[in-house]
Amino acid sequence: MVHDTIAAISTAVGEGGIAIIRISGPDAIEGIAQIFRSKISLKDADTHTLHYGHIVDPKTGDDVEEVLVTLMRGPRSFTAEDVVEINAHGGVIAVKKVLDVVLQQDGFRTAEPGEFTKRAFLNGRIDLMQAEAVIDLIRSKSDRAFSVARKQSEGVLSKRIKALRQTVIELLAHIEVNIDYPEHDVEEMTNLFIRDQCDSAIDEIDRLLKTANEGKILREGIVTAIVGRPNVGKSSLMNVLTQENKAIVTDIPGTTRDVIEQFVALNGIPLRLLDTAGIRETSDVVERIGVERSRNALEEADLILFVLNYNEPLQDDDIELLKQLKDRPVIAIVNKTDLPRQLEIEVVEEAIPADSIVRMSVLEEDGLDRLERTISEMFFEGQLESNDLTYVSNVRHISLLKRARQSLVDAIEASDAGIPIDLIQIDARSAWESLGEILGDEAGDSLIDQIFSQFCLGK
Amino acid sequence: MGYLAGQYDVIVIGAGHAGCESALAAARMGCETLLLTINLDMVAFMPCNPSIGGPAKGHVVREIDALGGEMGRNIDKTFIQMRMLNTGKGPAVHALRAQADKVDYQYEMKKTIEETPRLTLRQGMAEELIVEDGKCVGIITKTGAEYRSRTVVVTTGTYLRGKIIMGELMYESGPNNQQPSVKLAASLKEHGLELVRFKTGTPPRVHKDTIDFSKTEIQPGDEKPKFFSHETESSNNEQLPCWLTYTSEDTHKIINSNLHRAPMFSGAIEGTGPRYCPSIEDKIVRFADKPKHQIFLEPEGKNTSEYYVQGLSTSMPEDVQLGIVRSVPGLEKAEIMRNGYAIEYDAVVPTQLWPSLETKVIDGLFTAGQINGTSGYEEAAGQGVIAGINAARKVQGKEPIIIGRAEGYIGVMIDDLVTKGTNDPYRLLTSRAEYRLLLRHDNADMRLTPTGYEIGLISEERYNKFLRKKELVELDIERLRGIKVKPDEVNEMLTAAGTAAMTNGTDALSLLRRPEVTYAMLETVVPSVPEMTEEMKEQVEIQIKYEGYIEKQLVQVARLNKMEKKRIPDDIDYSDVHSLASEAKQKLALIRPLSIGQASRIAGVTPADISILLVYLEHYNRVTAARGS
Repeated sequence: MVHDTIAAISTAVGEGGIAIIRISGPDAIEGIAQIFRSKISLKDADTHTLHYGHIVDPKTGDDVEEVLVTLMRGPRSFTAEDVVEINAHGGVIAVKKVLDVVLQQDGFRTAEPGEFTKRAFLNGRIDLMQAEAVIDLIRSKSDRAFSVARKQSEGVLSKRIKALRQTVIELLAHIEVNIDYPEHDVEEMTNLFIRDQCDSAIDEIDRLLKTANEGKILREGIVTAIVGRPNVGKSSLMNVLTQENKAIVTDIPGTTRDVIEQFVALNGIPLRLLDTAGIRETSDVVERIGVERSRNALEEADLILFVLNYNEPLQDDDIELLKQLKDRPVIAIVNKTDLPRQLEIEVVEEAIPADSIVRMSVLEEDGLDRLERTISEMFFEGQLESNDLTYVSNVRHISLLKRARQSLVDAIEASDAGIPIDLIQIDARSAWESLGEILGDEAGDSLIDQIFSQFCLGK
Repeated sequence: MGYLAGQYDVIVIGAGHAGCESALAAARMGCETLLLTINLDMVAFMPCNPSIGGPAKGHVVREIDALGGEMGRNIDKTFIQMRMLNTGKGPAVHALRAQADKVDYQYEMKKTIEETPRLTLRQGMAEELIVEDGKCVGIITKTGAEYRSRTVVVTTGTYLRGKIIMGELMYESGPNNQQPSVKLAASLKEHGLELVRFKTGTPPRVHKDTIDFSKTEIQPGDEKPKFFSHETESSNNEQLPCWLTYTSEDTHKIINSNLHRAPMFSGAIEGTGPRYCPSIEDKIVRFADKPKHQIFLEPEGKNTSEYYVQGLSTSMPEDVQLGIVRSVPGLEKAEIMRNGYAIEYDAVVPTQLWPSLETKVIDGLFTAGQINGTSGYEEAAGQGVIAGINAARKVQGKEPIIIGRAEGYIGVMIDDLVTKGTNDPYRLLTSRAEYRLLLRHDNADMRLTPTGYEIGLISEERYNKFLRKKELVELDIERLRGIKVKPDEVNEMLTAAGTAAMTNGTDALSLLRRPEVTYAMLETVVPSVPEMTEEMKEQVEIQIKYEGYIEKQLVQVARLNKMEKKRIPDDIDYSDVHSLASEAKQKLALIRPLSIGQASRIAGVTPADISILLVYLEHYNRVTAARGS
């Protein structure tokens, strides 16, 4: 227990503020060094130092977030263990993303309620007088966590996790019965059977993880950047969407100089709109800052609305943008369809799939419904029923689901490699346990119960 | 009418599989020991199936042997068939199973007991415990003999208030129509032990000459039998086959039309039966969709015509039993020699025990075997050896021996029983072990011989042999790590084995990691030293091949051990632990776990409770330390 490394967001999570992710335990420095890119490796850094750098997703190699990292080597830390604190800015999404990457490290798990304080106490950092306070803290935090968990366990999510667990436990029971009753006339365990069961469980986990994204989107909005050359109608589009004149709209190119955020609901789909300065090489200093920010916004966006003018031939800037936006979640909005066509639409169609090109006349508010449909298709496969979705929202749940998924993948790989079933069982069992942790169930006797209810055994 | 009949260190009540191991262990450890049995002809009797071993159970027999117990040696002397099961699966679940000659088994065990110094075998029925100042100091028999002792081990099996049930017929009896032990139950209760009612059953036996074997499939033993005991090197025992057949549609019809006469369903049986060995009527009702069930015909010995009909355990009335038996292909003309029956008996709620198997309420009183709510000869013997060891150690003023969950199935079983209790007769399954890969059949000696030696049940000679084996295995692994093999030396062999050829050289150890490559194959290229036995080679192969998985489990075990090492003082008052949930307070006060590890396995004790307990203990220890200085 004390050997694990624990992590948790240790500040109240709020939009836009700075959040701290605290990590404590023997692998804290080693683990974070793996995902933190900075001038000097954390492993070599002195204690009580602050480092600037980026959290990197080790799987993709992509930057997740720009952060400041504090390093405190034990015993001179709050818990008397090695402690790393990641200071992230940029709100809920970014912080959760960072925590998600942190928890994928070997030997890392989410901290239990009050666990940092508990460790501090057990390691002698907190004096005896405070023992009761520590106990109260653990109790109250656990009770709160428990009441949240209970609420969730009554919900649709828990039903789906339970069903998922059932799939895994049936596989387990089948393996166990093959082992404990080798002469019994039950179906021999085959690679195919293991594969089928694991695959179906993996599919379900993927569906749940996808709802995690959908859930996030519904809560926080699809971060949407509107890009395009100056004066193609970006701000007008935003104004139509928001029905408010937030951005400055003129017909002088380059008048939108800052990124303006705006939440809108487009037929139930929440968009967090980032209006951007027109993307164009420019010599104006003020505007250049705006353009720089736009580029950043583009990187962060879940969705990019690329506005083109139907009434003008493609320009170099358009073509440059088309290139940049390749393989990004982009919808091309061909604006000003009320005017005669001058745009080489074929060129656009080469870069962007036809079903992601929407023709509109923003001025006449024509084509908004098509835009809604296209976004819905893109993010919810057209099946957005906002009250009926099950959401996995909790980072701990997401990390446990991912862990379970990995165990199932391991089980399939082991099975393919001809590893005996009693070893495959180890992977399948850890998948079952990870899922159990989500529900807070006790593993207990239920496997044995399953074996004897699923199979007819006896003397 | 009472009289003082003798003074002993340890008294063992009951000479079944638990009692025999207890008495032998205690006597061999130097204690004057009395072994009492209701009937001297029933020593080490197998009232049910004529077999020993199988997954988990066979592992236990190997562990008993590593601890210096008798069951392994005894079955090696008396088997009439030996089979290694699960050979197509991983090494952890390979399991040896023997068919026993029931009479020989009893005879050999009785002989061993009779020849053991300091061990007195005596016929007599214990009826009363002598308890003075909360300590059990002896027993009184039906004939008024008062035996005094320092510790007592109770292993009553299914004799305690035993009741046989067969259809409408019901009578007080021990197994196989033996006299039941009735008054002892009252004495246990009177001294504060809570008892529950459990049930088990056995199938009919049929005469060999009335079986048509041509309608069944033969199930022979292994050509080269392996043995349970690490001491057995060879055997000349002749092997007999078992036979496989199935229930028919008629079987199911007969049972379904007679359910009203089945005590299982008529309400006559009050005891809880094992899920693991349901009767045939139970199976047919619960799994109505299953068209047929396996029936194994097993010989009960070389010199008898009795065949055990495995799969037909029943408590139906005699006439229905005959119909059921004769509905099975091959048994159409079978003559029943003994009926099947269900038997109810009293058991002790096992959460009343310490992990040493001593009861919490009566100092010096130990219980082992079926009385603790288990089923199976091997489970009984495994507890028996531990109870015997700890009863002797208590006499000698030593700390009890507790086998950890990562050390043996015996440890898993006892921890389950005393920490979680059981709602029906407990059977060991390999799935009950968290660290199955470490608790292998092949390494039982590696795990437990040092303990057996430490407590004085393993001889110096055997221990030295063990140390040499361990050393040779380690040396051989190092040797393989050091040997470089070139592609042209092994590629032919690799291709033949169906694995990829090599382009670069590698060490022999890496080669052995490949699933397709065996130690034997490797030996054709890099021969081992002559002293290496087959057993040692197997160890090397398993340790190398499954290293990755083994390492993973070792990490988990390290974590477990950390928790197990955090001892909870016996005088802790849980009602005093601020903020502990009330359910946790109750459960902890009842079980009185010895360690945080054990506490965390109690149902109803949450991780938050464990955290609170840890903080409380830290507080407690600091205060105690401060007072001390």
